[in-house]
Amino acid sequence: MTTITTNSSRSTGTRATRVLGVVAIVLMTWVVVSGLFVTPADAVQLDSVRIMYVHVPSAWIAYLAFITTGIASGISVVRRHRSLGFDRVAGASAEVGVLFMAITLVTGSLWGRLTWGTFWQWDPRLTTTAFLFVTYVGYLAIRRLDATPQQRARRSSILALLAVLEIPLVHFSVVLWRSLHQEASVLNTDGDVRLDGLMLFTLFSGVLAFSAAFAWFVIHRQRVAALDDLRLTSGLDAALVERRAEAVTQ
Amino acid sequence: MRRTAAAVFRKDVLVELRSRALLTRVVPFAVLVLVLFAIALDSEPLVLRAGAGLVWMTTLFSALVVVQRSFEVERRDGALDVLKTLGVDGAALFVGKAAALIVQLLALVVVLLAGAVVLYGVNVEPSALVLLVTTAVLGSCGLGLVGTLYGGLVSGTSSRDTLLPLLLMPVTAPVLIGATRATESAFGGDVTDATTAWAWVGLLAVFCVLFAVAGAMSFGPLLDSDS
Amino acid sequence: MKDVGFIALSYGLTVGSMLVFAILTVRRARTLSRSIPDRDKPWL
Repeated sequence: MTTITTNSSRSTGTRATRVLGVVAIVLMTWVVVSGLFVTPADAVQLDSVRIMYVHVPSAWIAYLAFITTGIASGISVVRRHRSLGFDRVAGASAEVGVLFMAITLVTGSLWGRLTWGTFWQWDPRLTTTAFLFVTYVGYLAIRRLDATPQQRARRSSILALLAVLEIPLVHFSVVLWRSLHQEASVLNTDGDVRLDGLMLFTLFSGVLAFSAAFAWFVIHRQRVAALDDLRLTSGLDAALVERRAEAVTQ
Repeated sequence: MRRTAAAVFRKDVLVELRSRALLTRVVPFAVLVLVLFAIALDSEPLVLRAGAGLVWMTTLFSALVVVQRSFEVERRDGALDVLKTLGVDGAALFVGKAAALIVQLLALVVVLLAGAVVLYGVNVEPSALVLLVTTAVLGSCGLGLVGTLYGGLVSGTSSRDTLLPLLLMPVTAPVLIGATRATESAFGGDVTDATTAWAWVGLLAVFCVLFAVAGAMSFGPLLDSDS
Repeated sequence: MKDVGFIALSYGLTVGSMLVFAILTVRRARTLSRSIPDRDKPWL
């Protein structure tokens, strides 16, 4: 059922998103160049601090994605009108969030290997991020089940809101748990970095770059989801039309 | 609403008593897991030290089985649809099912704690009994509440068997951490002292309250979405 | 010396995964976009 209509734009882009995309690419390039070559190595951590320029923004955006999914799901549940649209935003944000959470975990792990010699530390932030990651994988799995957009919206919104309840509980539990092991962890995850002006600026650019990328990703994935739903319903409509035509001719 | 919840509770407990699945299948499975842990770890001091964690991990694994059963029973004869047509209040349904599940899990925890005493050489001082019982009750409540809630979320879907463990794992982490630390203290280990143990019990209580409310509120809308 | 490898890996994975994600999204957007007329698209 892929009819190619003549008045179709080629993609889900509009002028606004193209500008956004360019901004994201420019900022990212600056961050990579600055992070790798322009900024100085840290006195304590030497060059491994460079990983922070991608790890920290990635973590922030991962949490931003989580909050976005939570808010969008909340609105989707409360408002009857437009609830499907907000559910799509929630889903898109979760997909992007999982990407950034994975980046956060991997870069954090690599940084840890360089700084402490271990790939993993059971500190609250990393552990909570890991739990958040699994929660979101589960959320995306639920969304993928065969269901009408309405059912999917209802089920995943409830799941997302439960996640908003659950994640602070998990975080608090892990914080309490790790505080009992105080003697073992002398270093904190931030590694006591004294940031000078250029490093701070690069970090800030990183947050901007990742935010722009986040927005671009979410907008496009949300539109793709909308197209998917449209195709589903128009497919149903076409099938109905055919069925009625059959019924008439019989 | 209380009558409906009580009726649902009685139904679930009766179904369980008649089939005796918990007694004849889940409990042996759980005890076997305790034994296997001991064999795999192969060190009595280590097993003794890990006893609390092993009990609650085993409870968690077994809970998955019990939750699946609890909803399978509904699905098989379309019972959930009947309940929905009768206009059963979602919150009442949630409370009834959760209560039945909690009772079953509590029975399981008791057996496992006894197993730890027998198999792992755990010694429980009488003074720690209150702590132990409270932890067992609240831990079972926590697992039962989220088990019912998430079990309802995936019930009727095609991948429920693989989805439920995935979804439950992050949610049950606070229960696992809290119950284990508190139980460790009751077992007389010197890792967790009594005051901290009661702080963990407090966390468990908060968890139970939050998810009891969340579950009661979400169960109605959740069932509606399955039409 | 292993520092360089890890740092390069971090940056490479970050940028690489984002690029792959973007490309996959745009490809899917193009395929879907062809089969749906413009008037049905809510953002146009």
